[in-house]
Amino acid sequence: MQTLHNIPIHLYLILSSVLFAIGVFGVLLRRNAIIIFMCIELMLNAVNLLLVAFAAFLGDTQGQVFVFFIMAVAAAEVAVGLALLTMIYRNTGSVDIETLNKLKN
Amino acid sequence: MTIYLFYFLSFLALLSALMVVVSKNPVHSVLYLIITFFAIAGHYVLLNAQFLAAVHVIVYAGAIMVLFLYVIMMMNFNKESEPSKTAFSQILATVAGGILLVTLTGALRVSDIEIPAGSTEAGSGLVGALGKVLFSKFLLPFEISSLLFLAAMTGVILLGKKNSNNI
Repeated sequence: MQTLHNIPIHLYLILSSVLFAIGVFGVLLRRNAIIIFMCIELMLNAVNLLLVAFAAFLGDTQGQVFVFFIMAVAAAEVAVGLALLTMIYRNTGSVDIETLNKLKN
Repeated sequence: MTIYLFYFLSFLALLSALMVVVSKNPVHSVLYLIITFFAIAGHYVLLNAQFLAAVHVIVYAGAIMVLFLYVIMMMNFNKESEPSKTAFSQILATVAGGILLVTLTGALRVSDIEIPAGSTEAGSGLVGALGKVLFSKFLLPFEISSLLFLAAMTGVILLGKKNSNNI
């Protein structure tokens, strides 16, 4: 396959960095816990993209296997996290992270 | 030709990722995130990882985002009840994200990564090649990930039960 050799690896590095920074920006900017979860997914995907890019450039299949495991962990994380969020919503009536300060005092 | 496809997919991914962050309606955020995931799947196809692209679409756009949509549907959000931070916090968040971006790209720019391109052979991203690695070298992590799923499933059932309201 010679499709990828037109694209230098630096472009993938920059693309992944920007995607990751957008994810961090969203986590810092938003107060809705579900949107924060989505931004965490965005960050995971940025890292996944970089792993696949390096796996393709180095000709190594093991990088793609790592992406598999990251996807599995992300799926489990989303299931548990959304269950926690529904429980928080049932008990407090919102998923605003500013209301979750009962342990403060 | 491929470089234009790369730029198009990157533009689509970055634009919709930004829209995930800035759109007020959570349902719109989910839909933009699905567009981002499809663009990333297109990148996987460009990178010769076809099976991973299929799995990515199935798992992320198919399973995880449906879960998000269900939860948002149950919580009945609308644009008016959407909380937003103060302007000062928003400016600080923008500055912090920008500083992270500048640091990452600056560090990557001065690092001279020399990768001998051209070592991938066709078919290395298909299910046969991946399965051989997954079931020989990564057999133990594969089995442990099934344990992780069992633990996650048990935890979700425990958390989702009706009378677990004593946090």
